[in-house]
Amino acid sequence: MTVDGTWRAVEHVMGMPISIALRGAHAQSSRGLRAWSRVMEDLRHADSVFSTYRDDSVISRVNRGQLALGDLGDAVGTFVASEVREVLELGEQARLDTDGAFDVWRSRADGRRHLDPSGVVKGWAVHRASEHLRQLVGTDFCLSAGGDLVAHVAEHDRQPWGIGIEDPGDPTALLARLELRHGAVATSGAAHRGRHVVDARTGRSPVAVAQVTVISDDLITADLAATAAYALDDGAITWLGRQDLQALVVWQDGRSEQVVPARPPARRTDKMAC
Amino acid sequence: MRRIVLWTMSTIAALVLLIGYRTSTMGPAALASAGDYTAGTTTVTGTGPGVGTFAGDTVQTRWGPVQVELTLDNGTVVGATVLQHPTGNSTDEQVNSRALPILVNHTIGTTADQLRAHGVDMVSGATYTSEGYQQSLQAALDRAGSGTAAPVVGDATTARRTTA
Repeated sequence: MTVDGTWRAVEHVMGMPISIALRGAHAQSSRGLRAWSRVMEDLRHADSVFSTYRDDSVISRVNRGQLALGDLGDAVGTFVASEVREVLELGEQARLDTDGAFDVWRSRADGRRHLDPSGVVKGWAVHRASEHLRQLVGTDFCLSAGGDLVAHVAEHDRQPWGIGIEDPGDPTALLARLELRHGAVATSGAAHRGRHVVDARTGRSPVAVAQVTVISDDLITADLAATAAYALDDGAITWLGRQDLQALVVWQDGRSEQVVPARPPARRTDKMAC
Repeated sequence: MRRIVLWTMSTIAALVLLIGYRTSTMGPAALASAGDYTAGTTTVTGTGPGVGTFAGDTVQTRWGPVQVELTLDNGTVVGATVLQHPTGNSTDEQVNSRALPILVNHTIGTTADQLRAHGVDMVSGATYTSEGYQQSLQAALDRAGSGTAAPVVGDATTARRTTA
């Protein structure tokens, strides 16, 4: 169904809503619907490989010692093995970029390390799945996974997507609005889920920062950076500036600050197969 | 009051540049100091002393023009928005083609019609769980657009799952 020419749908996977809005040639076509099905197929596949909440996922089996990361290819096939490698490489790069504040490896109470790539997987999976929508000629899309989104406008004469950024103090109010033609917006904070992001080095939740929104060319960069900057707490602004990212940071006392980049952020996804 | 606003704006303009531009390919790598900038005058759109939105004049920096807008509440800075920032080479313009977030900072309504009237198509927020989603502004937008054509399909096996 469309309102003002925008077709919308929502489905749930990975415990979060996936919202889509389509405008233009394939907003109501069967090809548009097929692309949306493929987006959801991709996301369900990513969940089956990476979920730490599913006992049968590849990551859960690795954590139980039933699969070895070194020879995943034989056990789960080269395609899935390459996906796992790609996600772990992104996690490792984020660890290096944040001096260890962001880490997909966590230490258990018994001292053993286990994998939790959740902080990487969403941005990576949604970025990749959005390629199905990008192939719809003459069609604009905005695809959001639990508040982190990818936007694309196909024709120059069309309106950009209007993106509202939630107020962390009041989820029914908007703090800011921005317009996006091509790119991604990711927001990290405690508003909907309580305190869940911690500094991997200390295990501490942020106390000074309330919410970090990052605007970037791609959702992999935006999602990782929003989570990492939030985990870095009062170091968020300095770190975001050093990464040359565009961001809106909201502090616990209600102040907000913007970071503006001087040059395009490093594109980590250029070499990725989509 | 006015002096404080002026001072704060020049400081913020300098901070934005220190943070945002120190790795600029356009300018020198050395850090700039606050003394490199001159503060502009303010345009007051507030409702009383120390309350409202104050747009500073455009300030010329060595990298280009910068304009900052402050939102004050009772004399306290509650928001700062960069209205203008330098452009000058193609890579900068590529980034700047993304609009900067403009602070709204109030409830514009919780219905899809109210949100769309303010030009909001999608909402970015701290990750919603499937449970928390139902009360969100995004849910209001989705409900208005999806009707019965695209039913909400819950995934019971992963409904408790949250990812960062």
